Amino acid sequence: MLDFFNIDSQLSEDERAVRDSVRRFVDDRVLPIIGNCYVEGRFPKELVPEMAQLGVFGANLPEEYGCAGLNNVAYGLIMQELERGDSGVRSFASVQGALAMYPIFAFGSENQKRAWLPKMAHGEVIGCFGLTEPDFGSNPGGMITMAQEQADGTWLLNGGKMWITNGSTAQIAVVWAKTNGDKSERSIRGFIVPTNSKGFKARDQKGKLSLRASDTSELVFEDVLMPNDALLPKSGGLKSPLMCLTQARYGISWGAIGAAIACFEEALSYSKNRIMFDRPIGSFQLQQERIADMLTEITKAQLVSLHLGRLKDAGTYTPQQVSLAKRNNVDMATDVAREARRLLGAVGILAEYSAMRHMANLESVYTYEGTHDVHTLVLGQAMTGMSAFT
Amino acid sequence: MKIAVCIKRTPDSETRFRIGATKSAIDEAGVKFDMDDFAGYAVEVALQLKEKAGSGEVVAFALGPDSVQETLRKAMSMGVDRAVQLKTDAVPYDGLAVAKALAAELKPGNFDLVLFGKHAFDSSAGVVGTATAELLNLPCVTAASKLEIANGKGAARRELEGAAELLEFGLPAVVTIDEGIARPRYPSLKGIMAAKKKPLASKPAQLAAPRVVVTGMALPPDRPPGRIVGEGAAAVTELVKLLQTEAKVL
Repeated sequence: MLDFFNIDSQLSEDERAVRDSVRRFVDDRVLPIIGNCYVEGRFPKELVPEMAQLGVFGANLPEEYGCAGLNNVAYGLIMQELERGDSGVRSFASVQGALAMYPIFAFGSENQKRAWLPKMAHGEVIGCFGLTEPDFGSNPGGMITMAQEQADGTWLLNGGKMWITNGSTAQIAVVWAKTNGDKSERSIRGFIVPTNSKGFKARDQKGKLSLRASDTSELVFEDVLMPNDALLPKSGGLKSPLMCLTQARYGISWGAIGAAIACFEEALSYSKNRIMFDRPIGSFQLQQERIADMLTEITKAQLVSLHLGRLKDAGTYTPQQVSLAKRNNVDMATDVAREARRLLGAVGILAEYSAMRHMANLESVYTYEGTHDVHTLVLGQAMTGMSAFT
Repeated sequence: MKIAVCIKRTPDSETRFRIGATKSAIDEAGVKFDMDDFAGYAVEVALQLKEKAGSGEVVAFALGPDSVQETLRKAMSMGVDRAVQLKTDAVPYDGLAVAKALAAELKPGNFDLVLFGKHAFDSSAGVVGTATAELLNLPCVTAASKLEIANGKGAARRELEGAAELLEFGLPAVVTIDEGIARPRYPSLKGIMAAKKKPLASKPAQLAAPRVVVTGMALPPDRPPGRIVGEGAAAVTELVKLLQTEAKVL
């Protein structure tokens, strides 16, 4: 597996052991079936119990809540290996861990944490994350979903969410809503909503040409009655969901490396075996330039994510650094996937090979969790001190 | 049920090997080492037997330098309860010397069962398991493809050419494990964290001077390039002739 700068030597024994265990799982269980899942447009649900057994859900959350208690580098390596399989499989784990378990951990009461986190770590309860709305993607502060507190302390939820990974698989949704008629983003709170609540509907998003091995849904809430303890008590303002996204984006920066490595390995192997003009195509300068470029960009991304992970473990990282890593690494992976697909020639369009599947998946990854463009503006603002958002 | 499982750290089987400067060992630079595949099967069998029995202890033993501790921790991350390193700078080729060191350590342990891989991927010698059984004066079954323990007795199956052997033996016993008997479990992420807290003892290996040493290694000769004899039906006569006279396979 590609490791040109001997990054292995910078990993601890635990980190390597975690990576190797997930790597073997992906080789044995994901890679043999994922091409077909993608063509069939099916998330491989059968892998969920095995992923839970392995311990990938919320793996960087504490052991007292049934999680593995890993550091952030080990967590990143898990994301890398899962996305080496498929972005949809990694997305499932990202959403379950960083977007559903993390907000309960960070903003939930002790009772909520004890009630949900161990079951979610064990894969018995699947979660999704409802922030984006049909008309509010890059601008989540404009959301119209509203929760109204009743006289008896219960809440009524109305509105809808879109592009929700795991939406129709989940038993609970962490929904972000404005509260009590206040239309400012300061009023945004998080709620744990059981998906079997009356008035809660999830509809599969049809016609996807990307992330086909992943469930994506639209959520509709019509007078969904939520008990008092649905509210995540420590959530408050748009900052809370953005903190979740920072967690997920961190993992994505690693995941993109996995997808890129899968494409690189496939292209490199093909370049050595495919004979054209009586020579392996890998002996031609044009393909060697492709390989050298892919190698260089992947290696740079590996160093960025590893260092970011060390900063995160030290507690000194910033959301802007995560923006840089997500923006760079996903963009890098989209380029690597496309060049790998081109190197593969005609067979590169087949589901039997992984490059075009990754290429199509990565267009979603490029767009979700803060689009590439939005991260550009985050970095622009960080450098100039001037916001270009509005 | 107290089970010992003796494991070896070997190069990853997908490694491309080069011969090292001494000409009698591989060049270890850049080579990834892991638990030997057969040892992995033995660990899995040990864990399954303990789980079936409902109680007991599984202890892993390995001989080697400190790098072998990583392999022992892997065994513990799979579920082994504790581990013992028999420390030595290098693992001697002489299987009897290794077996003597292991037997000295195993003897006071009162194990019901001692498991090994049927051989290790690197040397493929298959000596240590049987020699240890002999030194401990225990019944030995080699290359078991199935193993069950019930009522203080063991039952094993061995695959032969076109048939299988079913064996019964008393405990304690030594069994070496064949591939495919059980799929080694993935170390779970929690298991990896838990393994750090499990006891790993390190003591010097009691090694006698080796009586067998490796003096040289050689790679197989490069395969000669293929030759195209001709195309279509016209080439068949020539091809058959060459297969008879040159390749001598017909």
